[in-house]
Parts: sequence; C-alpha cells; structure tokens
Amino acid sequence: MVFFSYLISGISLGSVYAIIALGYTMVYGIAKMLNFAHGDVIMVGGYVCYCALSYLNLPAIVAVPLAMIACTALGVIIEGLAYRPLRQAGSLAVLITAIGVSYFLQNGAQLIWSATPKNFASVVHFDLPESMTSLGLSSEAIVTVAACIVIMVVLTLFVNKTKLGKAMRCCSEDKGAAQIMGINVNRTISMTFAIGSALAAIAGVLLCSAYPTLQPTTGSMPGIKAFTAAVFGGIGSIPGAFLGGLLLGIIEAMAKAYISTNLANTIVFAVLIIVLLVRPTGLLGKYAPEKV
Amino acid sequence: MKKIVSLTIALALCLVMASACFAEGETFKIGGIGPMTGGAAIYGTAAMNGAQIAVDEINAAGGINGVQVEFRAEDDTHVAETALNAYNTLKDWGVQAIVGTVTTAPCIAVSAEANSDRVFMLTPSASSTDVIADKDMMYQVCFTDPNQGIASADYMKANMPDAQIAVIYKNDDAYSQGIRDTFVSEAEANGQSIVYEGTFTEDTQTDFSVQVKAAQDAGADMVFLPMYYTPASVILKQANDIGYAPTFFGVDGMDGILTVEGFDTSLAEGVMLLTPFSADATDDLTVSFVTKYNELYGETPNQFAADGYDAVYILKAAIEAAGCTPDMDAATICEALVGVMPTISVDGLTGQGMTWAATGEVSKAPMAVVIKDGVYALP
Amino acid sequence: MKGLKKTTKVDFATYIGVTIAFIVMYILQSGKHLSNSLSGQLVPICCFIAMAVSLNLVVGISGELSLGHAGFMSVGAFSGVVAGMSLSNVIPSVPVRLAIALIVGALFAAVAGIIVGVPVLRLRGDYLAIVTLAFGQIIKDLINCLIVGYDSRGLHIIFNVSGLKSVTDLHLEEGGKAIIKGAQGAVGVTKMASFPAGYILVMITLIVVLNMVRSSTGRSIMAIRDNRIAAESVGLNITKYKLIAFVTSAALAGAAGALYGLNYGSLVSSRFDFNTSILILVYVVLGGLGNIWGSVIGATVLYILPEMLRSFSNYRMLIYAVVLILVMLLTNNEQFKRWRGSMAEKLGRGKRAEGGV
Repeated sequence: MVFFSYLISGISLGSVYAIIALGYTMVYGIAKMLNFAHGDVIMVGGYVCYCALSYLNLPAIVAVPLAMIACTALGVIIEGLAYRPLRQAGSLAVLITAIGVSYFLQNGAQLIWSATPKNFASVVHFDLPESMTSLGLSSEAIVTVAACIVIMVVLTLFVNKTKLGKAMRCCSEDKGAAQIMGINVNRTISMTFAIGSALAAIAGVLLCSAYPTLQPTTGSMPGIKAFTAAVFGGIGSIPGAFLGGLLLGIIEAMAKAYISTNLANTIVFAVLIIVLLVRPTGLLGKYAPEKV
Repeated sequence: MKKIVSLTIALALCLVMASACFAEGETFKIGGIGPMTGGAAIYGTAAMNGAQIAVDEINAAGGINGVQVEFRAEDDTHVAETALNAYNTLKDWGVQAIVGTVTTAPCIAVSAEANSDRVFMLTPSASSTDVIADKDMMYQVCFTDPNQGIASADYMKANMPDAQIAVIYKNDDAYSQGIRDTFVSEAEANGQSIVYEGTFTEDTQTDFSVQVKAAQDAGADMVFLPMYYTPASVILKQANDIGYAPTFFGVDGMDGILTVEGFDTSLAEGVMLLTPFSADATDDLTVSFVTKYNELYGETPNQFAADGYDAVYILKAAIEAAGCTPDMDAATICEALVGVMPTISVDGLTGQGMTWAATGEVSKAPMAVVIKDGVYALP
Repeated sequence: MKGLKKTTKVDFATYIGVTIAFIVMYILQSGKHLSNSLSGQLVPICCFIAMAVSLNLVVGISGELSLGHAGFMSVGAFSGVVAGMSLSNVIPSVPVRLAIALIVGALFAAVAGIIVGVPVLRLRGDYLAIVTLAFGQIIKDLINCLIVGYDSRGLHIIFNVSGLKSVTDLHLEEGGKAIIKGAQGAVGVTKMASFPAGYILVMITLIVVLNMVRSSTGRSIMAIRDNRIAAESVGLNITKYKLIAFVTSAALAGAAGALYGLNYGSLVSSRFDFNTSILILVYVVLGGLGNIWGSVIGATVLYILPEMLRSFSNYRMLIYAVVLILVMLLTNNEQFKRWRGSMAEKLGRGKRAEGGV
C-alpha cells in the first residue's frame, strides 16, 4: 500500500518530466541541437498562465491556450533570432547560444515578475473520492498522466502520418537531401520549435499545478532532469522520451523513499549512466552505424 | 588575432574605468551585499529594498548626526566568490560600514576578509554561528540558528509535550541544517519523540510528496519545518493533497508564507511559527514600513526586508553612540562601532529593545504565533 | 627565433604574454595602483584560466563535449582544502602547504577522472555530454554527504548517506576542527592562495597542455578527434589516448579547484554545479576551440565582464546574456564571417593570423 502510493507520486512526477522531455526530444531529433533554454520556456509558460489566471481573471480554459500561444511565439522568435543564423556553425556554438538565451529568459523574467516566488493556483479542479486521495492520488497527477499519454500519442501520429511530420523526419535524416526534395528546412525547424514550445507551456502549467512555486529559476532543474530523461529513453525517440521521463520519476521517488533523500539525484544519474553503458543510445534509441 | 586585440582594448578600458572616483568626507557611505539575481535573489532583493527605505527615511529626517547617508547595494548571486568581488567593489567606492551579506556562506567568506581589513559588518539575516565566530566586527540582526532550534523545541515541550514530531529540512542550507541540529539535540534532551526526519536540497525542493507521506506513515502529528516559506508552501499543499493534517511548526523563515502571491492561505490554517517580524502587526512602525514597501516595490515585505530595514537603523544608532564623523576611515569607524555595539539598545521592526553581546549575537525575544483565518494570532 | 616552427613560436608567445601580464599586474598590485575589485579577482581569474585551458584539452583537442568539468574542480577544491587545513600543525609554511594542497587536489581529481573516464569514454557526442553532466551532479551530491574534521588523532570522515548526521557525530577531541560540514560546505578556511601561486598554476597548466598537444601523444589525440576510424585503423589505442587527455584535464582542474578553494573563507559544493561547468565551456568556446591562447583571453575577459557590468545593477546579468548571444552570432554566422573577410581584404590586411593549433 505504502509502496503503491510512492509509485503514484513517482508516476506523476515522471509524467511532468516526460512532457518536457517530449519537447526536448522533438527539437533534438529534428534540429540536432541541445536546446538548454527549453526549461526556461517552461518557466515563461508558467508565468503567462499565472498572469492570465490571477491578473486578468481568465478561466483556465483560456489561460492555458494563451500560455501555449505565448510560448509558441517565444519559441519561434528564439529560433529565428538566435539559432537560425547559426545553422551552418558547429553544434557547440549553438549550445552556447542556447545557454545565453537561457540566462536571458531567467534574468528577463526576474525583471518583469521579480524574484519573489508566486504561488501557482492549480488549474485542475475536481474532487477525488476519499479512497483515491488516501492512496496519494491527486487530481493533478491524473490530469498530468492523461495529458502526457495524449500528447505522446498525438505526436507519434503527427510525426508518422502527416506531411509535415514526414518533412520533419526528412530534415532529421539529412537536411541537404530534404532541401533538394523541395522541403523548406527552415520552416520545418521553426514548426518543430513551435510544437516543442507549445508542449513546454503545457508542461509549465502542469508542473506548477503539481508543485506550486513559480520563480525565475523554476524551469532549470526540471529542464536538466527532462533532458536526462530524453537521453535515457533514447534522444530523438518520442516513445523513448515518454518511457524515460516516467522511469526517471519513479526511480527518483523510490530512491527518496527507500534509500536516501540525500542521494536521490545521485541514484537517478547513476542509473542513467549504467543504462547508457549497456545501451549507448538509450532505451529506445536508434543505433546509427558509422559510415567510413 | 583581431578578436584578441579588440578584447584586450576592452579590458584596458575596463581598467581605466575601475580607477575609482569618490568625493570623501561629506556623507556616510554604507554598502549592502546580497543575492539580487539567481535562485536566492528573493532574499537579497528584499533585504536591500528594506535597507534602502530606511536610508531614505534617515536622509529625509536629516541624516545621521546631520550627515546624509549614501547607500549602495551590490549583487553577490549567493556565491562566496562574487560576494568578495562585490565587497571589493564597495571598498573601491569608499564604503565605511556594510549591511550584509544576506546569506550565510558568502557572509562567512566576506566577513573573514572584512575582519582583516577592519570594516564593520552587520548582517540582516545570515544566522549561522560560523558567521560571527572569531570575528569582533561582525554583528547579526537575526537570531542565531541554535537559538531558534532550542526555542522551538522548548516551546513544543511546554505546550505539546506528547507530540510525535517529524522534521523535514533542507540539508544543503546552513540555516535549515543549523536549526535542525540544535532542535534535535534539545528535543532529545527534553525527552520528546522524533519519529521521522526527511531531507531535501536545492535541486529537489519542488517535490515533497515522498517526505510528506513518510511523515504521515510514521504517525507524526507535529511536523517541524525549519526552512524558508517557499518550500514550506509546497509541503503544505502536498500534505493537503493527501489529506494529511498535522500541526506544522515553522521558524522565522516561515514568515512571509501568507504574502506569497496566489497562495491559498487556508492551507496555512493552524500553522505555528516563531517569528520576530509579522507584516500583519498593527504597531505604527510596522504599518508605515509595510505601506511604504508596498508603494515602492509592489509587494508585501517579508522578514528579510524588515531585517534589512532594522540593520540600517541599528547602524545609525551605533554611529550616533560612537560619535563617528564621515571623514573617518572605515577602520576607525569599525573600532568605534565595535566599542559601542554591546552598549546600545534598539527598537525595530524585528524586536523591541534589541541588545548585542560582544560576540555579535543579538538578544531579542521570538514570538510564537499561530495562523488563524489567514492572519497571525497569539496561540 | 627564426629556426623555430610556427607553433613553437606561438607557444613561446603565450608563455611570454602570460608572464608579462603577470609581472605588470603584480607590480601594479603591490604598488596599490590596482582597484580592490580587480586585485581581488586576480586569483579566481588564474583559477578559471587553468580551468578553461584544461577543458580545452578535452573539448578542443580531444573533441569530446564535457559538461561536468566543474565536478573535478570540486573534487580538487574540497580535497585541497582538507589537505591545506589539516596539515596546518605539521607544516607551518603556507606556500609549502599550498603546494601540497594543489598536488593533493590534482591527485584526487585525477583519480575521479579515471573513475569517470574509463566507462564514459566509450560513449560519443551528446551521450558523452549527458554522462559527464550526470557525473558532475553526482560528485556534487556525494560531497554534500561528506563530513570531515581533524584533531590530534588525525582526520575523521563520515559519509552521511542518511543525511541525519552532523559535525557532533565526528566526536572531535578538544581543539579539533571541523573542515567540511556536509552540505554546508567548508567554513573557516584559512586563505592561502595568492596571485603568484595563481600565476604558477597557469604556467604549469599551459606548459603541460601545450607540450602534450605538440607531442606525438597530442597528435594522436587530434588524429582520433579528426577521424576516429582512420586513427584506429593505423593502430592507435583510442581509449588510451582519450583517457590521457581526460585525466590530465581532470588533474589540472583539480589543482585549479584547490587554489580556488583556499582563496575563500567558505566553500560550498553547489558552487560547482552544472552552471559553472557551462560557464567554463563558454570561456573555451568563445576563446576558440583548440586555441589555448584564446582560452586564456576568453576566461579573463568573461570573468571580468559581469563585474564590470555592476553599474547596470539589475540589468547586469541580462546584458551579460545579450553580449554572450551576440558574440556567438557574430563569430559564428557564415554571412557575417564572409562580410568580415571581405572587409579585411579590402583593407589589404591579408590573411587573418590564426593562433594556436
């Protein structure tokens, strides 16, 4: 029984990681870049939703799409201004730029919203029967897990079945060849950022609903954890990000409950390292043979 | 090569700029150091804002002994190294006494340096005993950690002797760890029963569901939370989510929980805390401070802001008592202030009749309050 | 100088440049002509130059992205502080103790480098990056669990897994002193570091790294970076050479960490987190991958920059971020590079001189 309730808290934490990791993995899979600013887009999403809820008194059903729109715009702007000019440059140059963007967003947010944490009122409102809450099940957890599964399924279908999804996979395989085949690579990558950032907004809202403090640094640690989750599952793979996020959350909760709250992060990262040593491309990652 | 040349020129320019320029002897120069960017920005910003309000009030009322005060706050990003850089910048500016630093680890580093330079420091909120250890020029506005831990344990012993206590604390934070250590040893000496202890760190302070559940399973009916109010507000929510309703007991860091924007204050119902400052108090001093702070910064001040405000007034009282003049250098002022600090008594936001031991430790009475209907009330 | 190879000339120019900079700054500092702010930054600048140069060995020369370099700095810092503090009764001379602390820091970091490197260097690219990131976090957490003190009976160490132990559990004798108090870090550290020590550290780092790069070992490392399969096919032991670069880099970072740790009265492991690793990486990338001289300049300028921006108060870090993004765009954008190239030609300056490798 006790074990079960720890499992639930692990799953709900894990599904937040999974949603963030889905955004990471999309961007990485297609643009081949580590977007370290992703965690901070999550934070911006949280703030936009917070402002819409408490300053404009909008209902959650309006506030959440508003946050998604704002983050989508932000993602596309960041991509256009900071990453697109570096398309030909080395991956390290893009990595450093992403870090610059991350600093910029954190410090910008502090100037706009101040460093004082805001308490995010949950956007999920429904009561659960007593029998469920006693297991440690919260309404946020149910919504997060459901949202996570829906997003994963929709994304998989989108990437595999639609034309734009096909274009994305093309860009991921070979940008040059994609261009020759008449695919607008820049626009496809912009679209990827748009989708990734919209996901970040959802993740931000759900993250803050479940763990309700919102401050300019809110996104950084979940960002790193989600990045870990994406690599864990095999970066670039959508089901992998889902699986990685979930497992990471469960491992973290179990480590806290049964081993040591001090070493929870250590255990998470140690498991990651072991997995990568056994499967160097992550759980569900594709093995790419090297060309000579 | 061109890059290197241009960078070198930029560097040279910086050096020229750094050769300081200050008009001496006409004002008191008080420096402030605290984290104003990064994860701990909330504490430094609040303390420096509070100090600024006090300085403005003093200047409007004619200054210290008729001399105006200049105040300059520098950011330390909660890093010892940056705090020392900030301290050196202030020294170039000609600082005569320092309000800071706000957080403990940077304060230990800066005070060691300031001790050899002989610059007087008064920290609003760095509460570890390591801050004042072996330094005669280092004073505190806040309680020391051991003080709070012992007071909390004794209060519980007197009022709730049979409580099954759980402790959740942040073990990479000197403040939280320090209070927990003395609390636990005092509680053990008192024969109180501690049934669970859980920890968290900076990296894991968003999710406490495991710790809260473990405390519930251990049968704790009293949860001691020696931490700042931000993580505490998450703990309250997650306990509420699983229908766990023990008595929560906090220390001065818990103050501010009712002012968190968007916080559902009904979650804090019944929370007890020991605090020297309450933004809801109705005395004139607090009311006027809270109003001013709200006007200027659009927020309700927390305990850090009050500590920063008091720190400036304490400096004022000490400078007046020592009869310092603005043409004295920092070392002379330091010796004079060290001489008078144990003799003065100051009424402030965070305590009436505050006095200091020569070690730098403050003596004031913590007040136990309980949150009822969204405001503090006496239990 | 005529008979020397071009690379050798560049190396000597680097040594001489650093030495001249040191002499000038040292004279200014001892004559009190330097602002307090700048003179306080000299030691950390030296530490971060050593960090950047040593990271360049891994990222630039060996071509492996490491996001956990601060972890080795952390190992070096804490082991160096323990050595420096606990030997205070045995060895009264501060410079000797500092030298021992640096060596101890380097040794511990090298051991950590071997432990991390042996399994990790099998991975490649971004996977290697994430694993080094993970190790950086693990090292930080493990140091958070350390409680160390010393008294007349010697060193006492507790590994605080449960998180519930504290300094009192060391049961120190009267007169004993706690050095590391778990997550609260090391407090009450005696300041031993000095600018000349920093200079020596930088010079040792430069000599080790540049000599390695110019040796056959260095050429093998670069051959592996440029084409791993070709290098393997001519019989180079990939793991061995990568490990040499990685462990050397870790040891140098450890020495830098020890000097850093002994420059401040308090030291916490959260200082050496992911952000610090990234910061050092920024120094390296901005200075130029594989360009050792560039790392020296990059670390110096970028370390001073936030301090120089203090007058912008709240906007300080925002401006820092903007500068970072702009510099990356300006130095890496193809169009801008072409434009700059054509401008240079128009001005008849000819080919841009390339420093370093």
